Amino acid sequence: MVGKSKAMEAAKEIVIKTEPFVVNFGPAHPSTHGVFRMRMTLDGEVIVDMEPVFGYLHRGIEKLAEERTYTGCIPLTDRMDYLASMSNNFAYVLAVEKLAGIPVPERAEYIRVIMAELQRIASHLIAVGAFLNDCGAFMTPFVYMLREREKILDLFDMVCGQRLTYNYMRVGGVSQDIPDEFIPALKKFLKEMPGWINEYERLLKENEILLARAKGVGILSRELAINISASGPVLRGSGVKWDIRRADPYSIYDRFDFDIPTGTVGDCYDRYRVRIEEMRQSLRILRQAMKGLPPGEARSDVPHLIRPPVGEAYARIEAPKGELGFYLVSDNSIAPYRFHVRAPALINLTALSDMMRGWKIADAIIIFGSIDICMGEVDR
Amino acid sequence: MFERYGLGIAKGLSVTIRHLLRRPVTTQYPEQRLNPSRRTRGNELIWDKGKCTGCATCARTCPQGVIHIVTSVELEENKYKVEKFEVDMGYCIFCGLCVEACPYDALFLGYAYERARYRRGELVRDREELLASEERKPSAYARPQIAATLPKQTLLLDKDRGKR
Amino acid sequence: MAMQMLPPDWPGNFWAHWAIFTVIILVFVLATVMVFIWFERRALAIMQARLGPNRAGPFGIFQPVADALKVMLKEDIVPAAGDKIVHWLAPVVAFVPVLMVFAVVPFQGGAILADLNIGILYVVAISSVTVVGVFMAGWASNNKYSLLGAMRQVASVVSYEIPVVLSVVGVILLAGSLSLQQIVLAQDIPFILLQPLGFLLFFIGALAEINRTPFDLMEADSELVAGFHIEYSGMKFALFYLVEYAEALVISAIVATIFLGGWRGPFLPPWLWFLVKVGLVFFVIVWIRATLPRVRIDQLMALAWKFLFPLALLNLLITAVEILVFPAVSPWVLVGVNIAIMIVLVILWSRLFKLGGGRVNV
Repeated sequence: MVGKSKAMEAAKEIVIKTEPFVVNFGPAHPSTHGVFRMRMTLDGEVIVDMEPVFGYLHRGIEKLAEERTYTGCIPLTDRMDYLASMSNNFAYVLAVEKLAGIPVPERAEYIRVIMAELQRIASHLIAVGAFLNDCGAFMTPFVYMLREREKILDLFDMVCGQRLTYNYMRVGGVSQDIPDEFIPALKKFLKEMPGWINEYERLLKENEILLARAKGVGILSRELAINISASGPVLRGSGVKWDIRRADPYSIYDRFDFDIPTGTVGDCYDRYRVRIEEMRQSLRILRQAMKGLPPGEARSDVPHLIRPPVGEAYARIEAPKGELGFYLVSDNSIAPYRFHVRAPALINLTALSDMMRGWKIADAIIIFGSIDICMGEVDR
Repeated sequence: MFERYGLGIAKGLSVTIRHLLRRPVTTQYPEQRLNPSRRTRGNELIWDKGKCTGCATCARTCPQGVIHIVTSVELEENKYKVEKFEVDMGYCIFCGLCVEACPYDALFLGYAYERARYRRGELVRDREELLASEERKPSAYARPQIAATLPKQTLLLDKDRGKR
Repeated sequence: MAMQMLPPDWPGNFWAHWAIFTVIILVFVLATVMVFIWFERRALAIMQARLGPNRAGPFGIFQPVADALKVMLKEDIVPAAGDKIVHWLAPVVAFVPVLMVFAVVPFQGGAILADLNIGILYVVAISSVTVVGVFMAGWASNNKYSLLGAMRQVASVVSYEIPVVLSVVGVILLAGSLSLQQIVLAQDIPFILLQPLGFLLFFIGALAEINRTPFDLMEADSELVAGFHIEYSGMKFALFYLVEYAEALVISAIVATIFLGGWRGPFLPPWLWFLVKVGLVFFVIVWIRATLPRVRIDQLMALAWKFLFPLALLNLLITAVEILVFPAVSPWVLVGVNIAIMIVLVILWSRLFKLGGGRVNV
C-alpha cells in the first residue's frame, strides 16, 4: 500500500502481536495419502515451516530381503509401492539380471514393456484422481478414474491372477506367458481409453475453480528440483526434460517412439497435466509394443535358486512416481547380501517443505497430493 | 481464449449430467458375482496326494516358510511317504511360488476367494483338508492344462458399454 | 388464465387457518428434507457411475429414516467446560428460522400462512438468524478450532448477504411489491429470463450462504478447523445436518418463487408445479456438487466482494434504468437485452480473474 500514515503504523505496533504455533497434521487424517505426519508451524493460516515425519509404515523390507532367496524377494518388492507393483518387480528383476548376467528372451521383453506401461496408466489414474479429490471435487473424478483402473486390473488379473501384488516378473523373463484372450482385451482397452482421457479433460481441465486452486500453487523451481534429485512427473513438471526411458534406456525402450511431456512453471497444475499427457504417451507405446510382440518363450531357463557371482549392481527404471532404483550386493549365496531401494517418493518428498512455505493449509493438501506419494515406498 | 469465463464449469457439468443416462457398472455382491480370472491366486492351496513325492521343493521355495512337510524314509515307487503336510494359510501371502516350483504338478492354488475363518487356528490346513473337492476347485495359475475347465473371466471392458 | 385463488384467510377462522398451514409447513419441511437427503445421495451416486443406497427399502427410500434412527440412538456428549445452555440452544436457534421462512412462501394461489406485505424482507431477515445459531455453537464448544470455524462461516455468510439482497431488489423492482404472493402473480414471464444476471448472482450467493459445494470448505477434511459442529453428537448433530438440507430447501423454494414463477404453470395442479420447480432447483444444486472442486477461504471472500458485489450494483442500476426509462417496451426485448448485458458483464469481470495469488512471503 502506498502512503501508510503514521497513525496506522502506531496502531499496528500496539494491538496485534501474533506468534506462530505448531500444529500436528497427524498420521491418520482423511486427506493424507497413507500414514504421513506433518508438523506445521502456522502463523494464522499461513504455513511458515513444515517438518515431515514418516516411518509409520516401516516394515523392514530391506532386512527381510536378506533372508529370502532372489526369487523369493520378488513378492516383497510388490509390497513397496503397492499401487505400481509391476514397476517394482521390473526394476528388481533388471538388477538381478545385471548382477548375474542372465539374458531375457524377446517376447518376455515385450511383455514386460506392455505390463510396465499399463501399470503406469493405472498408477497415474490414482494419482490424478486423488489429487482432484483433494482439490475438493467430491470423489467424482476419482470414481471415474477408478472405473478405468478396474479395467486395467482385470487385464492384470487375467495374466497373473492378482489385482494388486502381481509377483509377475521373474529373473530371466516373466512367470507365465500371456493367455490368448489378453491381446483382444488389450485392443479393446486401447480403443476406448483415449475417449475416457478426453472425458476427464473435459470434466476438469479448464475448470476455473481448479485453475484458481492449482495454478501457480506450490511451485518447485527448476534448480531446486535438480538439486534434490527429484524425478518423474515432479521433475518434468518443473521443465526438465529427463526421462530414464530416453536418457538411459533399459530393456527395449529405445525401439519405441514416444514424447516426453514437460511442464513450464512447476506448479501443481503442471504436474497434473504432465501425468495426463504421460498416460496418452503410454497408450502410444502400448500400441507399438502390441504390434511388435514376437512369438517365443516367455522365460529363459533359469532355476528358482540363483547364486549370482560376487559383485554389485544398480538398475533403475522410470517408475510412475520417478526413478526407482535397486542396489544389490551379492556374496555368492542364495540370498542378497544387501538390498537397497532408491525410492522416488522419498526423494521427491524432501522438497515438500520448500514448496509449502507461504501457502495456506488448504493449499498444503493440494501440494501434497500433487507430488503423488505412496507411503509403502517411502517407509519400506 | 474463452476459457476463464465459466465455460470450463459448463463443460464439466455436461460430463456429469451425461452419466445420469449411463448404466452403472456396479455388481451387487452377494447377489451377483463376477467370475475371477482363470489364473486367479485364490485363498487356498490344493494338494494332489497321488502326484506328490514328498520332495519338499515347495517348502524350500516358499518365502514365508509356510509349508511344513515331514516324510518318512520308506520309499514306495520312487516317492517318499508323506506323513505330515501342513500349510498355515494365515501366513501365506498367496504369491504362487510354491505352485510354480513343484516339478510334479501336485500343488495348485484355489479358485475361490471366500475362505475367511473366525479363528486363526482353523487356518492351518492339514493333509485331508488340502485335497481337491467340489467346493475346492483348483485354479489354472502355472497350470495351463486345466485352464479350459474354468469359466471365462468377467471383464469390466465387456460390461461397460458406456455410450458417449 | 383463470387462476384458482384461495381467499387470504381461508377457511375463515384465523386459528384454523394458522393451525392447518403450520401443520402443512412442518410436514412439508420435514418430509421434503428426508426426500432431499435420499435424492441427493442417489443422484450424486449415479452421476459418479455407482449406485446409491439401495438396500434400506426399495430404491433405498428408507435410508434417511435409518440414518435418523441411528443418530437418535447415539450418546449426547456435552463438553465439560463449555457453556451448557448455549450448547443446547444453538441447534434450536439454527433450525427454527428455517421453518419460519416458509410462513410466507405461497404453495398455491393464496395458500400461504401469512401474506405479509413485506414478504421478501421477512425472508431475508429471518434467514440471517441461522448464523447466530452457528456462532453460538462455535462458542459453546470451548474449542478454539470450532470457534475459528464458526467465525469463518459468519464472515462468509455476512459477505454474501449483500449481493443476494441486492439481486433480490432487482426482482422487487420488476414486481413492484415485496410480498411473495404479488411477485408470483407478476411473473407472466418468469423473472429468470428478465433478470438473468440477478438469478446468477442470487444462486451463487445462496450456495455460499448455505455452505454447499463449491463453497463447502467449512466441512472439508482438507481444513484443519473442522467446523463449528465438531463437538456435537447425537440428535443435536442431526439437527445441524437437517439445517443444512433445510436451508437448501429454503433456497430452492425462494428461487422457485421469485425467479421461476412459483406455482404458475399450465396443465398440472399448482402445488405440483411448485414441487417440481423446487425439485429442479435442488437437482441443479446436487449437480453442481458432483462436479466442481472447492474454493479456498480467501478466494471465497474475493469472489463475494470483488465479483458479486459490483455486479449486483450494476444489475440494480440497469434494472432501474430499464423500468424508468423504457416502461412501454415489450418484455421480450428486455429479455434479449438483459441476457446480452449479462454475458458482456461476466466476460468483462472475469478478466480480473488472476491466478497464482495467495502466497505470503515468509
